[in-house]
Parts: sequence; C-alpha cells; structure tokens
Amino acid sequence: MSVGQRLWRAVPSSIKEDDKRLIIALLAGTYLLYAVSQVYLALMNNADVFPAVANSLQNLTFLIAVYAIMALALNLHWGYTGLFNIGIAGFMAVGVYSMSILAAPPGGSPPGFGLPVPIALIGALVITAIVGGIAALPALQLEADYLAIVTVGLSEIIRLVLNADYFSGTVTDPQSNSYNVVNLFGFKFGTGGGQGINTPTSSPASYLYGPSGDPNAIGELAYGIGVSLGVNNSVVNGFTYGMFLLLFVVTAYYVLLVRIGNSPFGRVLKAIREDELVAQSLGKDTRWVKIKVFMVGCALMGLGGILWQGSFGFVNPNTFRPIVTFYIFTALIVGGSGSNTGSVVGGAVFAAFLFEGPRQLARVVEAAMGGLLITVSGPGASLPSPNNFYVAFSTLDPLGWLGYTIGNISSLRFILLGVVLVYMMQNRSEGLLGHRKEIAASVDLSERKGNVAPTDGGETNE
Amino acid sequence: MEIAERYSAGKRVLVEHPAVALLGAVLLYLLSDLILKTANVSIAPWGVHLIGGQLPVSNLGRFVLDGLIVGLVVGLAGVGLSMTYGILNFANFAHGDYITTGAFAGWLTAYIIGFLTLPVDPPFGDIFLFAESSLVSVVNAPVAIVLGLVASGLGTVGVVLLLDRWVYRPMRDKGGIPLLIASIGVALALRYAIVFVFGTSASGVTSTSDIPQFEIPLGDGRIPLDLHEITLIVAAIALMFGVHFLLQRTKLGKAMRAMADNKDLAQVTGIPTERIIRATWIIGGGLAGVAGFLIVLERGVISFNMGWRLLLLIFAGVILGGIGSVYGAMAGGIIIGIASRVSLVWIPSDFARVAAFTVMILVLLYRPEGLFGGVKTA
Repeated sequence: MSVGQRLWRAVPSSIKEDDKRLIIALLAGTYLLYAVSQVYLALMNNADVFPAVANSLQNLTFLIAVYAIMALALNLHWGYTGLFNIGIAGFMAVGVYSMSILAAPPGGSPPGFGLPVPIALIGALVITAIVGGIAALPALQLEADYLAIVTVGLSEIIRLVLNADYFSGTVTDPQSNSYNVVNLFGFKFGTGGGQGINTPTSSPASYLYGPSGDPNAIGELAYGIGVSLGVNNSVVNGFTYGMFLLLFVVTAYYVLLVRIGNSPFGRVLKAIREDELVAQSLGKDTRWVKIKVFMVGCALMGLGGILWQGSFGFVNPNTFRPIVTFYIFTALIVGGSGSNTGSVVGGAVFAAFLFEGPRQLARVVEAAMGGLLITVSGPGASLPSPNNFYVAFSTLDPLGWLGYTIGNISSLRFILLGVVLVYMMQNRSEGLLGHRKEIAASVDLSERKGNVAPTDGGETNE
Repeated sequence: MEIAERYSAGKRVLVEHPAVALLGAVLLYLLSDLILKTANVSIAPWGVHLIGGQLPVSNLGRFVLDGLIVGLVVGLAGVGLSMTYGILNFANFAHGDYITTGAFAGWLTAYIIGFLTLPVDPPFGDIFLFAESSLVSVVNAPVAIVLGLVASGLGTVGVVLLLDRWVYRPMRDKGGIPLLIASIGVALALRYAIVFVFGTSASGVTSTSDIPQFEIPLGDGRIPLDLHEITLIVAAIALMFGVHFLLQRTKLGKAMRAMADNKDLAQVTGIPTERIIRATWIIGGGLAGVAGFLIVLERGVISFNMGWRLLLLIFAGVILGGIGSVYGAMAGGIIIGIASRVSLVWIPSDFARVAAFTVMILVLLYRPEGLFGGVKTA
C-alpha cells in the first residue's frame, strides 16, 4: 500500500480535509482518466473523438451515481446501525417490481393497476418500507451473521417468487388452464415471471425533454447542443439522467443521511452499532428503532433500485441476483462503512476502477497492442483472440495468452473484486475513509488529553 | 404423570409461543394430508376441499428418493460448513464454491482417465473443457469415476488449505463479519477463476445410455433408480459413517468439540489449535469436494455456479440441524432435501427452493439452536 499512501500524501491537504472538495477532486480525476483513455481509444480506432468520450463519460456518470446511491442507502444499515443486511438486491427488486406493477396498464400482459408514475413511485416506496419492516423482525433477535443468512435467503425468496410462472400474469384468459394472473380483491396483476416486466419508462430524461419523437423547448435546446457536438440524442438523455442522479439524488441521499446521523435517532443507531445492550440500558427502545431504520433503509434501497434498474424500460428477476448486493457491499467497504463521504467515494471508486475499470483497461491494452503489432509486423496484424482457455494456453504464445485474458476480462474482474474484498478485510477493514466513522457520542470522548480539536481525516497512516 | 407434564408443556408452548404452535399445527396438517392423500381419501364436507386427495404412493416414494439424493449431498457438504462455523466462528460463503472446485477437479480427472482408457479419440482440448459431452459412466469407466472421486476430495483439500493459508489464517483474531466478507471475496475469486478456465456454459459429462436402471416396486407403481444414484447414495452414506468413526474413535473429535466450546481454554489445555483447524478444513473441504463430484454424477451436468446454487440449501440444512453439530448438519441436510422435494406435493416446482429457504428462516427465528437442541456433537 506504500504506493497508495504516497499518492494519498501527494494530495494537497486543502482537498483532503474538505469532503465536498475531496469528492469533486476524485470525480474530476476519474473523468480525466477516462476521457484521456477514451481519446486514445478513439484515435486508435479511427472513431470521432468527442462522441466516444461523451458516451464513455455518460456511462461512467450513471454507474458512479447508482453505486453511490446504493452505498449510501446501505450505509444507514451497515455503517450506522451495524445491521448486516445482504438482501439489498431483494429490496431493490421489491421497489422496481412494485412500481412497475402499480404503473402497468390494467389491460396489459401482465396486467397492473394503471396508476400514474409518481403515485406508483410513492406506492412502491411504501411497499418496500413495509417489506423492510417485515424483514426487520428477524433482525430484532439475530446476531449479525445469522441476519446475513436470513437477508440473503429473503432476497433469493423474493427473486424466485418473482421468477415463478405461477404469479406471472402472462396468460390473461381466465378460461385457460395456465391462467396465472394474481387476483387480489378484484385487482388483477402479475409479475411477468421469468420473462420480466416493463418498467414505466425507458428514458427518464424524457420527463424533462419531452417524448423522444417530439421534444419540448428544453429538449430542442439540449438535443441541438448535442447535434452541434456530434452527440446523438440517446447519449444526451443518458448524460442528463446520470447528472440528475449524481447532482440531485446523491446529494439528497447524502444530506438525508447526514441529518439522520446527527439526529437523536441517528445517535441511537450508532449506539446500537457500538453496543446494543448499553443502548437498551439507557432506556432506548432498540427494537422499534431497528424496525424503523430497516423501513427507511429499505425504502431508500427500493428507490435506488427504481432509479437504477427501473430506468431501462425493462427488468427481469435475474437482474437481482445476490451478486448485485455484493457489488454494493464492496463499494461501501472500499469507501469505508460508517462514513457518508466514504460511501460516495466508495461508489465512485467501485464503479470507475473495479466495475468499469478492468474493461476500460482491457480496451486500452487491446488497442495499444493492436497498434504495436501493426507497426512491428505490418498492416492487418492484430491480437489473436483464442476462443477457449485450452487453445490459448496450450500454445507458448504470450500474445494468445494476452488475447484470451482481454477477451475474458469480465471473469477476471470478479476475481479482482474477490481479491480486493479479502485485501480490504485483512489490511484495511475500515475502508478508504472509514476512519471518519462517526462515533455514537456527540462529543469526541476519545481525545480528552489534548486541548486541540482533533482534525478529522487529516491523518491516514494507520 | 409424564403425560400430564407433557400436556402442560404443550399448553405452555401454545400460550407463550403462538407462532411455534401455529407452525406445529401446519406441519401436523400437512402430514395428515400426506397420509390421507396416499390412502386416496379426500375429506370435503359441504363441497369445500378440506384435506386429503390423491397421490400414488410411488410418486411420493420418488419425491422422497429424489429428496434423499439431494439431501445426502447437502448433508455431506454441510458437515464442513457446520464445522467451520463451530470452530472458526464464521459463516463461510465460499463453501459452495468448494463444492464446485471439487466437481471440476474430480471430473477433469475422470475425463482425462476416460480419455486414456476409453476407445474414443477426441482432441485433448475437448476433453479438458468438457466439450466432448457425456463421456464417462460408472459402467464404462469405473476406474475413472473412483479416481475422480478421490481427486475431487484431494483437489478441494489442496485449494481449501491454500485459501486458509492466504486468506483466513492472517485473520484468525478478527470477528465473524470480516471473515464472512472475506469468504464472499474468496467465493467470487474461486468461482470466476473456474469460469476463466472452463467458461460459463454448463456441460453434460456423464453417459447415461448404458447404465442399468432398477425399479423398486412400491404400492401401486415402481420407483426408478439408476446406478449413478445408487453410487451417490452408497458413497455419501459411507463417507458419513467414515466421519462418524473419525470423530468418535480419534482424539480429533474431542479436540474439535473443545475448540468449538472455548478456543482459549482449548489452547491452554495443550490442544494444537492450528492443527485442529487444518484438520477441520481437510475434512470439511474434502467432503464438500466429494459432494460436488457426486451431485454431478447424478445430475450429469457440471457448471460453474452449481455450488453457489446449493449453498443456501446447505445453510438451511446446517441451521436446521444446529450450527456446529456435525450429525445435525447431516440430518438437517437430509431433512431439507426431502422436505424440498416432498413440498412439490402441494406447491409448484418453482417454489421448492422458496419453501426450503422459508423453513431456514423460520428455524433461525424460532429455534436458532436447531432441531436437535444445539448439542455440539463435534
């Protein structure tokens, strides 16, 4: 980690000590890195530079924003309260599916309730909060690792139920043998089963810009700017939505969490994390607090799910496999659980360097090697791409090895993820910014001797 | 006297734990429903179907047998999970991928031996990647199966010991949650290392065309049972007895019990704790690997996420049997296996896993010490 420490020391302290500046500097650095690598890729592939950069950055913005949102939501459970909830994917699924079912037209396949989108959204949050409240009941009496098993089991139960044909609502003819519409007090609906379900919109930016075929004045302007820069409308939409998530939603989550954390309720949460028995002895009803925090946190996860997976126009149960939960956990752990700034930083670092980074690196290496091979052995040469491990590694051709590795970067990415998790747990379990974990007391009890106020976050050498 | 005591105890449960009583009532209803169904009796007063129905005994027999097969694998794999939970105090989420590791190590060995001994001539690359499908069976290459079984155990032990050396040993003094998170990391790395080599597609590996089928007559029908299933049942039961003797006849079992009870006390008593931990990994990892080999033998298909898909069922079995108990893990696994298959009498097959996970959650909530009272039997 000495390289990391040296890098960290090179960062001016004016940035390190101010959360806003730190996040902005991190984002700026990440964007710069991606922009430079994308410019290089575009030049190597003879593509237009600006659209390529714009497309890459809009994708990056979206990923950073959604992982930051989810990490912040998880921080409420794991960072503040110490509840080891690894059922995040399930709560996201409840949010996205509730909204989709509430907003689906009654005559469709599967049928839904046909509510307007804003009401469906609120309804979905209420439903997610209720499901979270039910999920909290095990949390009242279980230790952390049992809670982990219960929540991951619950998220699999949710996914399997959504995946089941039995409730899918795809066969709407009541006479049919395979009629599978759920009929609840006369309200008919279905989950879509394994085929998935349509979410209300495939282009959230159209709420601002108007429908894609017929944009309003703001849309005309935005798309016009896009055209003048050589960027097509879908990239403009994606960029708009990503920026909305990053600037407004992440900020809103951040502010909300800071406020919860500083409230009396937040102090009880932190007290539960430190020692539940003590909190109980001081007369706090920790059971009720846990139920409430589960409801709020799950609603935040549901909203995050809606803003993330609900924004593609279509979703199926396999989107919500436990691996999504582990992604979010990794983001929070990398950033530092217990710290809101850490959550955002973790979301950004995870999205940019662990999730998207290996792929980008593979593209750059591929382009660079391609260029090198052309200069060495003439035009037409390219990196071999063996189609399986045996073909690649039964030869003694390092280029074949490299080609196979680049082609299979997606599985290497998971290995990297695993290695990072283990490394963090062994060497830096508090994460990048976890040393800023807010303590339960409102005054710092640990620094009695010195009269100087502790400079939070200035020191990072463990 | 005793009956009166039991009666009052039952009344206390009813008053103090209504949920437990309700659960008992549901189970009782399901059991009587099952008995009536097999007896072909249906009770439907005033046209409302109350209980009973129709279920050929042979169908039920097949469900139970299928459940037993899954259950034996779950139980066998659960032994290691339960041991590491009891002795190292963490829920090892990488255990499912130990199963996958064993399956791939074992079947690769079986395939290579099949390639050398069978009269087939595919390119070696196809053998290595299981692209040559359905090559080996108990009949055409028994040696390959036996050596594959051994290799699955040994290979997994090797991987598990290396992982313990690199990942878990430096973290012995940390709590359960950091270890759990690290084990998730191990699970991901291991699973996708397998994907990196073998790819994501599932491959059929066993040849079923020439293996003998037996039919057990039961009630009004017959239960089919093939030689691969018999191999699985015999091997799994033999291994379970092996573990039993190992833990009962050697000092190892006692040392493990001592460590599960109090690690520090065990250490000051002179128990070589690191060696016991290594033995735990060897037994647990080996059994997990063999379980992976056997389930592939029975199902005929190998894929990179088979172990992960089994993991929650294994957790369910271990929790049902009581965490830390080896016999509980075996029994709990078998119960979960049978319950998940017999549940198909009432619910569509989409929900079999849902039922198993629900049982797991209910047990954790109402009887966290497990069905057998949390007796640590090593």
